[in-house]
Amino acid sequence: MVDSIVSAASVIAAAIAVGFAGLGPGIGQGNAAGQAVEGIARQPEAEGKIRGTLLLSLAFMESLTIYGLVVALSVLFANPFVGS
Amino acid sequence: MYTFLLSKIEVGSHLYVNFSDSLHLHGETVLVSLLVVSAMSLFLILGTSNLQRIPGNLQNFVEVIYDLVKSIAVTQMGPSYYSQFLPFVATIFLFVLGSNLAGALIPWKLLEIPSGELAAPTNDINTTACLAILTSLTYFSAGFKIKGIGYFKRYIKPAPFFLPINIVEDFTKPLSLNFRLFGNVVADELTVTVICSLVPLIIPLPIMMLGLFASSLQALIFATLAAAYIGEVIE
Repeated sequence: MVDSIVSAASVIAAAIAVGFAGLGPGIGQGNAAGQAVEGIARQPEAEGKIRGTLLLSLAFMESLTIYGLVVALSVLFANPFVGS
Repeated sequence: MYTFLLSKIEVGSHLYVNFSDSLHLHGETVLVSLLVVSAMSLFLILGTSNLQRIPGNLQNFVEVIYDLVKSIAVTQMGPSYYSQFLPFVATIFLFVLGSNLAGALIPWKLLEIPSGELAAPTNDINTTACLAILTSLTYFSAGFKIKGIGYFKRYIKPAPFFLPINIVEDFTKPLSLNFRLFGNVVADELTVTVICSLVPLIIPLPIMMLGLFASSLQALIFATLAAAYIGEVIE
């Protein structure tokens, strides 16, 4: 009985973790991409450098989402609170 | 612990090779990473043997990789120290790149093994943890080697009350390296598997291309961060 409640709570927790972990980095990536487009429009000759920096920083922001995903995965597949 | 089976998604099940009660290893990870290491070594040996002034195809490719890794090391560590740590950064880069590409390009699902599944070695959190801990050890030893005991001044650098933050940072650095690589590889494989279970034809292809791109980018980022951590210590 307790196990099934914990399982249900874990599934909800995983969904919330992934959802909120996607929220912040989404805003951040949008900001970064917008600024990069502005920079390219203002200075088209710097496109290569801007693109490289943008991709690298996007990957850093992406990793925040990935932390949420790792927590969700560990709650779903390797839950320390369910059974033994 | 229960296994959640949806269209053969297997997270956390491995092919255990037991040596004793407490000592066992994950057979599929070791197998694939040995394969990656030997393939990479073979590629580099073939590319660098018989060097010529006008490079052939393979030598050209190896030179491109060398230039990339060298530019990462030079920009992060400066021109005077980079040559000592270039081998480490290059090894990390090539191993992560090779194992990510091995997971993305080779159709491992065709091979059945008793439990778990053959996939990228970076799909196992132990591999990425090992790489992250190696990075930590390298920057500690780099600091000691170059700065001697003055290395510890780094911990009270902006002001003495930054000491706890600086100590915690030593633990969060390998943790975030570890989770970043592991999470990206697993997320990629999970997405492809889920979409394959919904629509098995054509539709997964763009996602696979995205995964291929993302996994090469992750290798670049891991190498860049390792170089940046070393550079931060020896500055």
